[in-house]
Amino acid sequence: MSMRTVKHYLKSFLFLELIKGLMVTGGYLFKRKITLQYPEQKTPISPRFRGLHAQRRYANGEERCIACKLCEAVCPALAITIDVEERDDGTRRTSKYDIDLFKCIYCGFCEEACPVDAIVETDVFEYHFENRGENIMTKDKLLAVGDKYEESIAANREADAPYR
Amino acid sequence: MEWLFSLAPDFLVDFWNWLPQWIQVLAENLLYIVLIMVPLMLCVAYVTYAERKIIGYMQVRLGPNRVGPKGWLQPIADALKLMFKEVIIPTNSNRFLFLLAPILTLGPALAAWAVIPFFDGVQLSNLNAGLLYILALTSMGVYGVIIAGWSSNSKYAILGALRSAAQVVAYEIAMGFALVGVLMASGSLNLGDIIARQEGGFMSWFWLPLLPLLAVYFISGVAETNRAPFDVAEGESEIVAGFHVDYSGMAFAVFFLAEYANIILISALTSLMFFGGWMSPFGSMADHALLGDGTHWFILKTMFFIYIFLWFRATFPRYRYDQIMRLGWKVFIPVTIVWLVVEAVMVVMQVGPWAVSTAVAAGGA
Repeated sequence: MSMRTVKHYLKSFLFLELIKGLMVTGGYLFKRKITLQYPEQKTPISPRFRGLHAQRRYANGEERCIACKLCEAVCPALAITIDVEERDDGTRRTSKYDIDLFKCIYCGFCEEACPVDAIVETDVFEYHFENRGENIMTKDKLLAVGDKYEESIAANREADAPYR
Repeated sequence: MEWLFSLAPDFLVDFWNWLPQWIQVLAENLLYIVLIMVPLMLCVAYVTYAERKIIGYMQVRLGPNRVGPKGWLQPIADALKLMFKEVIIPTNSNRFLFLLAPILTLGPALAAWAVIPFFDGVQLSNLNAGLLYILALTSMGVYGVIIAGWSSNSKYAILGALRSAAQVVAYEIAMGFALVGVLMASGSLNLGDIIARQEGGFMSWFWLPLLPLLAVYFISGVAETNRAPFDVAEGESEIVAGFHVDYSGMAFAVFFLAEYANIILISALTSLMFFGGWMSPFGSMADHALLGDGTHWFILKTMFFIYIFLWFRATFPRYRYDQIMRLGWKVFIPVTIVWLVVEAVMVVMQVGPWAVSTAVAAGGA
């Protein structure tokens, strides 16, 4: 019997490797746990986070979107549908601005393409739909989201401005 | 029973004495059975909680902590959920056997507790062939698994059942041989006597002279209960859930209970046969309330082995099927046989612990 066989027998019959493994898990038993208790605790979110979409307004309440259709053109998932009209005051505006959230892949290209910072993605990610059709974000819904979260949207844009 | 009589009003005592003898015996035994079963079932429920918690901690998670303070009500919630779920019986299954199987699995795991001594003389039945009874019952459990696999009429289930059958048969032999070692050391099949022979503290328990047999027994016990790393019968990554794929609701819950009842049983048996049961590890302090002999030592030791079961599950990956067979047939059985011979030589030469119990061990003369 060679030295190696003896060593092998000793190793397996003394459970050396098994005990080593047990020590590893035994050690982890006392380590600090890394679980995050989600609804109460949340991970920090980057100002660049791409969540639910919104349309912004200028400070005077005028909607920013000028219906240039750049977002519609750049959207890789073809999730955006835009119809254009001339408003009574002669400005170019959208009569329809729909984003299908089922199609959207949250790439943020629409946001980057927008020359007037009208379409943005907020850091809201906790939303759901209860009925068929609610996945279509119409212009009204987008503007409502924008109004609701304008403060955090503006703050996030400002935080990220030096790197844009 | 006397203390109960002193509490009860006279008319109840009169009523008791008026009852025929066989009803008295029956009622008394039923009372003891309930006294053992209720805490046991609670323990089973909380072993599932302990398992999820301990494995969670070992994986740097928190484990269940939502239901009740620290998740203590989790097992209750699980039980309630399973109770209200429908028991689906597959169309082409054998209905009678399908429902019989979980009962056949759980029954032996609970029945074996009849001979477990919780303290000196505190056991349901002081059976002289206690060890044989335990061997017989622990091998019964596999019938439940095979019947479940067969009656489900499903390929996955039958595969799991076949694996389990072959595995349990293989490890049963090694387990039996390990118990023969205990038998030689104690000279008795009575579990109470086996504990009595281990008197004298930590170093005089059987684990020391029977160390290889202890290892074989405990590992075979893990294999016998189909627990990780020997859980090929379930093998969720290959055959979904093995023998109980088609079970749901309470029928599944009974399988679950049986698995954990078996864990507790094997742990209890290991502490009885190799670690002196209710004996205190400090032999000389036998009169002390806490450090002396007592059921709490038995419970502590059993808990320790249950913990090891869970620790194994968190640590080891599942054995490949042929490796399980190799370990059972080509390693454990030879090891036990060799150690039985060594032990026999030690008995004849009166080495170590056998210097005292020679007369019994050398043939009961």
